Amino acid sequence: MAASAGRQRTALTAGAFLPTLLPAALFAVLAAAIPEVAAGAVLRGALDWVPSLGIRLSFRIDGLSLTFATLITGIGALIMLYSGQYLHGHPHYRRFMLFLTAFMLSMLGLVLADNLITLFVFWELTTLTSYLLIGFDHGTAKSRRSALQALLVTATGGLALLAGFILMGLAGGSFELSDLLADPRALAAHPWYPAILVLVLLGAFTKSAQVPFHFWLPNAMAAPTPVSAYLHSATMVKGGVYLLARLHPGLGGTDAWFWALTLAGATTAVFASLMALRQSDLKQALAYTTLMALGTLTLFLASDVAVAVTAAVTFLVVHSLYKAALFLVVGIVDHATGTRDVARLSGLGRALPVTAAAAALSALSMAGFPPFLGFIGKELTYKGALALSSVPYSVAAAVLTANALMVAVAGIVALRPFWGRAEPEPEPGRVPHEAPWPMWVGPLALAVLGTVLGLRPGLAEALVGPGVAAVLPGGEAYELKLWHGVNVPLILSIATFAIGGAIYALRRPLAAALVRAGAASPLDFDRGWDRLLDGFKVFAAGLTRIVQPGRLRAYLRFTFLTLLGVLAVTLALRTGLPAPPDLPALSWRELAVLALIAGGTGLVVTTDSRVAAVAGLGVVGIGVAIVFIVYGAPDVAITQLLVETLVVVLVAVALLRLPFLYRDGRVLHRPWDAALAAGIGLATTAALLLVVEAPPDRRVTDFYEVAAVPEAYGRNIVNVILVDFRALDTLGEIAVVLVAALGALVLLRGVAGRARG
Amino acid sequence: MNSVILTAGTRVLVALLVLFSVFMLLRGHNEPGGGFIGGLIGATGFVIYAIACGTDAARAALRAAPETVAAAGLGIAILGALMAAITGQPFFTGQWLFLGAGEDGDKGLPLSSVLVFDVGVYLVVFGAILTLVFALEEEI
Repeated sequence: MAASAGRQRTALTAGAFLPTLLPAALFAVLAAAIPEVAAGAVLRGALDWVPSLGIRLSFRIDGLSLTFATLITGIGALIMLYSGQYLHGHPHYRRFMLFLTAFMLSMLGLVLADNLITLFVFWELTTLTSYLLIGFDHGTAKSRRSALQALLVTATGGLALLAGFILMGLAGGSFELSDLLADPRALAAHPWYPAILVLVLLGAFTKSAQVPFHFWLPNAMAAPTPVSAYLHSATMVKGGVYLLARLHPGLGGTDAWFWALTLAGATTAVFASLMALRQSDLKQALAYTTLMALGTLTLFLASDVAVAVTAAVTFLVVHSLYKAALFLVVGIVDHATGTRDVARLSGLGRALPVTAAAAALSALSMAGFPPFLGFIGKELTYKGALALSSVPYSVAAAVLTANALMVAVAGIVALRPFWGRAEPEPEPGRVPHEAPWPMWVGPLALAVLGTVLGLRPGLAEALVGPGVAAVLPGGEAYELKLWHGVNVPLILSIATFAIGGAIYALRRPLAAALVRAGAASPLDFDRGWDRLLDGFKVFAAGLTRIVQPGRLRAYLRFTFLTLLGVLAVTLALRTGLPAPPDLPALSWRELAVLALIAGGTGLVVTTDSRVAAVAGLGVVGIGVAIVFIVYGAPDVAITQLLVETLVVVLVAVALLRLPFLYRDGRVLHRPWDAALAAGIGLATTAALLLVVEAPPDRRVTDFYEVAAVPEAYGRNIVNVILVDFRALDTLGEIAVVLVAALGALVLLRGVAGRARG
Repeated sequence: MNSVILTAGTRVLVALLVLFSVFMLLRGHNEPGGGFIGGLIGATGFVIYAIACGTDAARAALRAAPETVAAAGLGIAILGALMAAITGQPFFTGQWLFLGAGEDGDKGLPLSSVLVFDVGVYLVVFGAILTLVFALEEEI
């Protein structure tokens, strides 16, 4: 412990500040664009990527994306600065900074993208980089499990999102968001709208951890604290909220949208705030309050009402500021004391004065006290809830419950550890001490910003106003003010403080009751997730046991049964049997080849010797090769001959070590095999006859005959197709050949190694 | 296998088969042949050699490990596909150079990125088969 304390005091080198430069510079550039965008300008840039599919690397900075982008880069810069100190001396410090920077850039790409496919690519990049970040501490099983869980949940949603995007692009005739959203109600009127909505919402809800997909977020707290502060407060989880806001003009405005978002948002907000109350770990409590915020944001993006949307955008800014600050504070407390257990922390204010100040300011903003920005945000949420014409009271009640619980949680998480009787050593052998400046400057800056913006709401409007205008084209943002006079929202605010205070006073019995209720509840999403994964494993293992039991004969039987089934069903349903063909008179040469093939087949099925069977197969193959030669396909014939030769060699080498073919009592399967072989033969013959019955379509052949010499300078059409016209296919095939050979090599060496060892 | 006749005959056969495989590779664009068939023929030559003289001798004669040959073949094939980038055309567009074109309709000696690609195919097929055969012969 002493060593770690000493390590923290060693001076940071200049290199530790290097990662901060990139987000800081980006933040400066983006902040400089605020006045221009606030005036209504939309900045664009684009680069063709796959023009034939309508995919462009196009980017757009409008009010909404700028709000997100400034939060991402601004908070990103502070987090990088913090991490430089937090992970100072960590063996994988550089790797961490690389992941964090990659994540930041992906997130930036996500909010700036103006093309659905580009947006999706960045969306998946944030999923992957967050997987790496959550699993950064990969030595512990908990981290690995949490990272995998986050990856699977969000990537499953990502796949749904991709399908939704493709449908959206096809329905709207363009993959450019600006084109799609230009005509606001066109998508909502399209017959595919329900499918698009379900798929897109699946993507957004998994990313933004809405109930019932919420369980991955608290588990993701296994990540280092700066990651939690960044991913789970300001950015990654807001990706889903961003998507909802971005697509609001195109997909919103319908009853389905309204109810889906209202129900998911309200459920998440209330559920999460109850869960937050029962946590004893500071980070876990904050994780659930993040869920609550995500629910609230979703809830207020449900409608077209300007006040509600203003509430969403304002609350987004408010939440990002105080939540990032509080997470960083928790990191400092953890660093300073070695524990995050609420019950064991008190009176830290004297030892950590700066941190305590940042925590107090942020907590007051979170609880929504005036004159902080949080107060304005909370007033707006009430105003927005009451403005929803269809369900004002139930939404207002849900918001009131969530907000009151937030007041209590803010007190528990951010105030209690710093006030009261000071514990000299919350963790034995560890005297709390103030963090170095790179760590406290971030939370302090964010907390002060929350205060300043509360006192001067006009400054926040520069971000909020254009954001609202982007979500609601033509909509006016509601004016941000501290004092609106005595009205219903103010009364609700006062009620919030009263109820919140009461909950804070009763927090111990309440938390205990919640824990009991949780234990009694049959709904445990986290355990349900494990069961789901276990179910998949059991299912996969069972299926493998049936289909691939380890005997070659069974593999072949399944392969050929499938082939027979597909052929027979197709013949029965689609065409019926072909007319019996008029057999032409065969010349003696053709009869000889047929006899050769039949003789080879007879040898294969009757012999007791493996080598004879292989030789018989070779005879059949050579007979087929002769057929190719007779009918003028020399390339195919040569390949067939060579492959037959090599197969005989390969199989002969392998067979030398195998036992004799038939032992007593092992021939029962033969009638079945014979029936299957006869069935395959008949079905294939019928299919071939059908192919020959129809007049051949010569378009492809004609094209190659005409184009081969002038376009590819070759007279051998087969080879010209292989290496020129369809060379990409060939490249794929030779890659498969190489991988198969390498795989076989490894397997053979492995078998030999085990046999020797 | 210790057969003097096979060992002696193989010496001649291997050289002929490898030479023949290169011939098939080069003529493939206009007559039956090509990288796939050429690779199969070349591999057959070395398979015979391995049966007659043992895989150690065959490996020594080949000098490079067969899996390396196959991997290099894939690299060469991709290189052939990338040559189109020189003239700014899409991936895999054939690039042609006719050396010493004459007046009387003689186009001269054609050299092309397609041939580079076909050489890659040849090496992949050749290397992959030998990887399998050598491994089987040695490990089983």
